[in-house]
Amino acid sequence: MIGGLFIYNHKGEVLISRVYRDDIGRNAVDAFRVNVIHARQQVRSPVTNIARTSFFHVKRSNIWLAAVTKQNVNAAMVFEFLYKMCDVMTAYFGKISEENIKNNFVLIYELLDEILDFGYPQNSETGALKTFITQTGIKSQSKEEQSQITSQVTGQIGWRREGIKYRRNELFLDVLESVNLLMSPQGQVLSAHVSGRVVMKSYLSGMPECKFGMNDKIVIDKQGKGGATEEAAGKRSGHQSIAIDDCTFHQCVRLSKFDAERSISFIPPDGECELMRYRTTKDIILPFRVIPLVREVGRTKLEVKVVIKSNFKPSLLAQKIEVRIPTPLNTSGVQVICMKGKAKYKASENAIVWKIKRMAGMKESQISAEIELLPTNDKKKWARPPISMNFEVPFAPSGLKVRYLKVFEPKLNYSDHDVIKWVRYIGRSGIYETRC
Amino acid sequence: MRSVMFRFHVCAGEIFELKAELNSDKKEKKKEAVKKVIASMTVGKDVSALFPDVVNCMQTDNLELKKLVYLYLMNYAKSQPDMAIMAVNTFVKDCEDPNPLIRALAVRTMGCIRVDKITEYLCEPLRKCLKDEDPYVRKTAAVCVAKLHDINAQLVEDQGFLDTLKDLISDSNPMVVANAVAALSEIAESHPNSNLLDLNPQSINKLLTALNECTEWGQIFILDCLANYTPRDDRESQSICERVTPRLSHANSAVVLSAVKVLMKFMEMLPKDLDYYGTLLKKLAPPLVTLLSAEPELQYVALRNINLIVQKRPEILKHEMKVFFVKYNDPIYVKLEKLDIMIRLASQANIAQVLAELKEYATEVDVDFVRKAVRAIGRCAIKVEQSAERCVSTLLDLIQTKVNYVVQEAIVVIKDIFRKYPNKYESVIATLCENLDSLDEPEARAAMIWIVGEYAERIDNADELLESFLEGFHDESTQVQLQLLTAIVKLFLKKPTETQELVQQVLSLATQDSDNPDLRDRGYIYWRLLSTDPVAAKEVVLAEKPLISEETDLIEPTLLEELICHIGTLASVYHKPPSAFVEGSRGVMHKRLPAQGTECPDVGNAAGGSAPEAAPSIIPSQGDLLGDLLNLDLPAVLLPLFNTNCSSYGILYPQVWLPAMKAKGLEISGTFARRAGVIQMELVLTNKAMSVMTDFAIQFNRNSFGLAPAGPLQVLTPLGPNQTIEVSLPLSTVGPVMKMDPLNNLQVAVKNNIDVFYFSCQYPISMLFVEDGKMERQVFLATWKDIPNDNESQFQIQDCHLNSASNKLQGSNIFTIAKRTVEGQDMLYMSIKLSNGIWVLAELKVQAGNPNYTISLKCRAPEVSQCVFQCYEAVLKN
Repeated sequence: MIGGLFIYNHKGEVLISRVYRDDIGRNAVDAFRVNVIHARQQVRSPVTNIARTSFFHVKRSNIWLAAVTKQNVNAAMVFEFLYKMCDVMTAYFGKISEENIKNNFVLIYELLDEILDFGYPQNSETGALKTFITQTGIKSQSKEEQSQITSQVTGQIGWRREGIKYRRNELFLDVLESVNLLMSPQGQVLSAHVSGRVVMKSYLSGMPECKFGMNDKIVIDKQGKGGATEEAAGKRSGHQSIAIDDCTFHQCVRLSKFDAERSISFIPPDGECELMRYRTTKDIILPFRVIPLVREVGRTKLEVKVVIKSNFKPSLLAQKIEVRIPTPLNTSGVQVICMKGKAKYKASENAIVWKIKRMAGMKESQISAEIELLPTNDKKKWARPPISMNFEVPFAPSGLKVRYLKVFEPKLNYSDHDVIKWVRYIGRSGIYETRC
Repeated sequence: MRSVMFRFHVCAGEIFELKAELNSDKKEKKKEAVKKVIASMTVGKDVSALFPDVVNCMQTDNLELKKLVYLYLMNYAKSQPDMAIMAVNTFVKDCEDPNPLIRALAVRTMGCIRVDKITEYLCEPLRKCLKDEDPYVRKTAAVCVAKLHDINAQLVEDQGFLDTLKDLISDSNPMVVANAVAALSEIAESHPNSNLLDLNPQSINKLLTALNECTEWGQIFILDCLANYTPRDDRESQSICERVTPRLSHANSAVVLSAVKVLMKFMEMLPKDLDYYGTLLKKLAPPLVTLLSAEPELQYVALRNINLIVQKRPEILKHEMKVFFVKYNDPIYVKLEKLDIMIRLASQANIAQVLAELKEYATEVDVDFVRKAVRAIGRCAIKVEQSAERCVSTLLDLIQTKVNYVVQEAIVVIKDIFRKYPNKYESVIATLCENLDSLDEPEARAAMIWIVGEYAERIDNADELLESFLEGFHDESTQVQLQLLTAIVKLFLKKPTETQELVQQVLSLATQDSDNPDLRDRGYIYWRLLSTDPVAAKEVVLAEKPLISEETDLIEPTLLEELICHIGTLASVYHKPPSAFVEGSRGVMHKRLPAQGTECPDVGNAAGGSAPEAAPSIIPSQGDLLGDLLNLDLPAVLLPLFNTNCSSYGILYPQVWLPAMKAKGLEISGTFARRAGVIQMELVLTNKAMSVMTDFAIQFNRNSFGLAPAGPLQVLTPLGPNQTIEVSLPLSTVGPVMKMDPLNNLQVAVKNNIDVFYFSCQYPISMLFVEDGKMERQVFLATWKDIPNDNESQFQIQDCHLNSASNKLQGSNIFTIAKRTVEGQDMLYMSIKLSNGIWVLAELKVQAGNPNYTISLKCRAPEVSQCVFQCYEAVLKN
């Protein structure tokens, strides 16, 4: 199991060091600093073995988090734990920075004591932790409160406490998708997938049973066959159903029920949680198409023309569009002409950045640039990195639709109809690249 | 520098100030002071002087302050065991506190204080906490048992905590179950045969029930534990699989990977024609692909595991090639792993896409990545015959880029393509020859030379090309020299008339001017072959080569099976068994997949046996060969391997310690020597297998005199098939000690990329005689008297004819202290000191004219006498 956990700043100075196991000596702290942080080269692996001691590290801005062990630990668990640790810290004091860590070191030690025991991760749900680890010191608790805390921390529904009350029962669903594309210069899709998340913010009283439904192909096909009653529903949404390659759920979702009936039922944590992640690869709506044209004119000049086409309903508006056209390292000057938006050559980033605030569907825009190059005797050819794009569109490129989210709270007197529900779809670009 | 110094020395003034604050009456001030102390502790300052003052703050009802004090205690208790006792009372009291959070905190902290005296006091509170009414306390106590076991295993067994822990597996609270499982699994690892976990269908059922209810971490503990279970039959196996599959949809990647491990293992037991088997295979692919959208570090872990899974069950991911395409912004470690998997998945169906991708990658920036991409193109050509032509033309395009490392890598792979498809692509040789001058890496030079030699009849100026290499023969690496020798001999056999001079030149370079035994041997063999029977030479040297295999870099099957049992863990990331990187007893147990019906064939033996054995059959016998070589009028100086560079003693001819048959083609022979006070283990490693061996490492078992490698095994270059390397390993005598039988027995484990091999050998004890072993006369006399007569042993050394025994013995660090003559007998008194400080005193009686010497040995540890006698015998008789 995890033998120790260290946090360093960018210089390699130790900010936090907590050792859980006897086989990890103080020199382990220095070994990682010398061999990894001070090595000044590209990190070739997130797992480093130094003198039979293994170090797992992740970086958040310029802070290094390293877990260290001498045993054959579950490596995936160690990384998951490090990410979780970052989440917990962020939930407590915001951004992970040297200053915040220094200011909160007592809190961090307290958290580390609680969520890692002898190197075994324990309950690390912020909701539960915040009930008994606070920055303001421990309030005196009654006996009932204490046992409620412990039963929540260890219990089956460790993510939610009992007795939550809201005057207005409300929930927000965000379907957040990032659409990834790799396209060849000829416009052939080399790979495309959508990785989506359903984020739920709920303000519900009591212990509500929720059931979430979407236009999952498997469910809809099953219902279509199921009987005449559902036939109408099948007709309404059947042709829009989507094939989900794979999905994973927050720990509140009953996985065995999903496996058996493909129904998503759960008692949500209070506040925000990521209910589900999914991935689709079929019938993806690619919101933009990039058509590049790069021509080398002699040894010292490049002509670049890039056309982007929006491919969705004309009534919808895409926002925050940014096209990044890489330029060679020996670029000496760039002239750009674009029809829409603003374009600038950024020498420090070796790219022409073209920004458009808004663009409606079924439109087309174009940029052309002349790049002048310094003559070099460097034999190595320019690698021609792909043209990448960023954008945000108000629909789900996978085609996912939320069909329902039903709420049942048998003990309290509010029904599904009383809950105010909001659904929002946002499609963003993930890695959206076209080779040129 | 100043700042570093400052960090480790807290000035006295600061300590004094903190002391005052700690003893302050105000609670707030106290707390601030403890915080300052912890801050100093974090950056490595020594604040142990404040121990009593901090412990005084322990008795408080402020939970935050208490936690800080506990943190301090955990850090310093070990260095101040007597003071730590002061804290015991508070701990015991806290374990009875009405607040469960405080009870748990106390039991959690007590377990982290590794002081023997405290552990005694821990037992009673721990026993209570294990049966506490509050689940939070119970789950903490469960882990505490593992902590206590780590400090004092016997105590845990004596106190019956293991049984209590086993009972907790049936606890009503899922988190208690999970922690109990984790603790038991860890304890069980250090008792491989104890059957502690006692997994049976009932307890498995309990675990599967808890699996649905506990936290993500608990699920990992339980799944990892389930993976150790072997179901009784395929029915049970299937029902467990059915209950584990829902975990594949968990958001936590570690849960998913642990579930994959259980499924991969239990699948072995399912009959392949079962419908469920197919369903399960289909269910495994999507979650594995989903892992690739996790953060890069997890992607890396996932990819390393997928690499194993693809080798074990290629059918799972055969349609998922696209997801392994490299993204421009992937970290380099993800890129390299993806590339590896792409090659494994390449097939006729997807080869066009793969090639297009690989060509793209070959123009990237990172040198390692580009090289691997080029090599991958070559591997595709070998794997998918239909694509070979496209691959070759792609490689030629890449050669045109003239980027140095791309060209070299391309030539290396083209050589393999030639071997796989003889007489098909030789038209490209002209292009290759154009790039001869730019090759500066041994592997590429060797490959090019091989090509020139192999196709000498088609290359008009082959002799010129090879001659140009010959100029700097001695500066080349062995790999290139060997290849050049062979290539020129091939050329000679093909065009004997024009190249006689050349071949003579290379033969004399190889046999006379080189001190590399491989090169010399090969040179002599060719020479003899050519001079006696050119027809036979042709048959041998130009023999048809065996086909090269399609798959390369495959993990050896038994290792692969073991790694599959370790999916998700570090072993699967390193692709090494846990024993290769975990110290002590933990994880040494080898895991194996369960078998379904038929046993897997033992592939290990087959691999060892298939080593090429063509060469020996044409050499009549060693004696004959030597005679003939001498007849060739060569200045034959065939020195024994080690005599040349070893002028001191302890030279023994190398013995074969590990025959190739037992070690999958690796043969190890060796000997020991002591030079300038350092014991050296001289090893000769020979690769008699077909594949390249890398990643050598060596380890010793505990032995009588604490011999241990003083450094890593220095095998810097991969050991190619039929290559031999001599390594000298310096040894230290400070390793762990265990008495062996015989005393000078040494058990050695040698590891390479294929497996771990074990052998034992015996070292002459004279290796351990140290240089300062000369005793003062007076001390000698006193010691001689002091050692009881029971410890004296007498031996006879027969047939000794020496003029000056003492000089000879001195060379072996056996020192003569005095000599007297009594009644025609020479009495020599000698002393020896062993590396571990044991003195051996000896009295050697030599009678003039009598070749039989008598020796009496006295030592406080009489066990060594026998070995020392053997040394005398060896030294005196040589």
